[in-house]
Amino acid sequence: MQTLLSWGDQGWLDDIFRGVLVTVQLALATLPVGLLLGFLVALAKQSAEPTLRIAGSVYTTIFRGLPELLTLFLIYFGVALPIFTYLFPGASDQVTSFIAGMIALSLVFSSYASEVFLSAFRAIPRGQYEGGYSVGLSNGQTMRLVVLPQLVRIALPGLSNLWLILLKDTALVSAIGLADILRQTQIAARVTKEAFLFFGFACLVYLVLAIISSYGIGQIEKAVGRQDMAK
Amino acid sequence: MSTVSEIDVDRPPVIARPWTGARIAGTIAVGCWILIGIGLIAYLVNAWNPELFNRYAPLYMRGLWVTIRLVFISIVLGALLSIPIAYARMSDNRLLGAIAYGYVYFFRGTPLLAQTFLVYYGLGSFRPELEAVGLWWFFRDEWYCAIFAFALNTAAYQAEILRGAIESVPRGQWEGAASLGLHKFQTLRKIILPQALIVALRPYGNEIILMIKGSAIVALITVFDLMGETRRAYSRSFDFQTYIWAALIYLTIVEVLRNIVDWIERIITRHLIR
Repeated sequence: MQTLLSWGDQGWLDDIFRGVLVTVQLALATLPVGLLLGFLVALAKQSAEPTLRIAGSVYTTIFRGLPELLTLFLIYFGVALPIFTYLFPGASDQVTSFIAGMIALSLVFSSYASEVFLSAFRAIPRGQYEGGYSVGLSNGQTMRLVVLPQLVRIALPGLSNLWLILLKDTALVSAIGLADILRQTQIAARVTKEAFLFFGFACLVYLVLAIISSYGIGQIEKAVGRQDMAK
Repeated sequence: MSTVSEIDVDRPPVIARPWTGARIAGTIAVGCWILIGIGLIAYLVNAWNPELFNRYAPLYMRGLWVTIRLVFISIVLGALLSIPIAYARMSDNRLLGAIAYGYVYFFRGTPLLAQTFLVYYGLGSFRPELEAVGLWWFFRDEWYCAIFAFALNTAAYQAEILRGAIESVPRGQWEGAASLGLHKFQTLRKIILPQALIVALRPYGNEIILMIKGSAIVALITVFDLMGETRRAYSRSFDFQTYIWAALIYLTIVEVLRNIVDWIERIITRHLIR
């Protein structure tokens, strides 16, 4: 067991570590796209304009209703694979899978994030906007300087939950061949026939990632809270 | 003195809604969705293939039935299992609490796919031992393994839902019941649970929906649920519409379920609306 989990040619630790890097990269690449998309969809859903609200609801209904794995396959076989084979035939399958995973996870993440942002928007009283306008701030300035700082604090617990879900959802990309944690442990398990050891190890790695994330989130929450206290 | 005739009094003119930036953006966005919808229908009509449909429609229905059975059995088993876990989580016994916390943390902190692999492939490593205790028939079968992994997973989530709901009922309710001489179990059954389940309904509904969506991953351990049948149909026909049909079926189920939960919630919270 020690040689199996050692670093180098004999063991699989280095391979699994490369998988960890891929998983973390994928999650980190998805996060900003998903946050931005989710914020825009939330803006649309809380707007006074009915057409925008409808468009936003359709978006969340679709991407919250589809199984994540199916969304991934739809994007992979329906969008990423055709585009990459026709436009960039030289691209490696890892790049294709990574992009497909990123798009699919962003769609899923953003549809959930939009709900979190939406309820945060609703928690901010109208007076905050009116106060902003009354001191002569423009629409954009009110949003950026008055509403957003409060919004972030209210939305943070919900968003950190979504981040943990995102970390777990990245495991699905192993199904389209991206060499993430689960894929690498799968290969190791198949070669060594030590499936329980390696899949158990994969679970531990995910747990460690979750614990690290919880610690980081705690730090962010502290920082955001402290800023608030200073005012 | 002439009276103003009715004809002279006009309604104020309706102010035309201005074409603001938001309205333009919204119209474009809705237009995009409509175009996508039309495109999808056009694609499905265009790609309509009676042979394909006749061949795979019964398989899809069978897969759907497998999905529903899998989710139903796992949810029920998980619900049973979640009761002792929630109890341990809330107990004053440190050891019990720690074990339950570890259980919940593990199953909520790791991907369901990894857990399923751990059960299906991982427990296969213990074949001699499992054969010795006569459980190999269970862990050899991907269907049982899927149910096993899913039930354990959903039990962790349901235990947290149950705990949250029970703790959402104020302490005074317990104390009031105790002062009336109700036994602890009676209190739970007659006072606490009726109030807690109202709180728990929406999370439970979400959990069922999450399980339906999550159950798609059993296709990766060769269970032929709806997703499994879809993958098989695609790998044989290379026709992308196979995935579109699956997406439509999943969307329909989830939407129907969501509306049912909304409806139940409206009914059981009728007395709370002022």
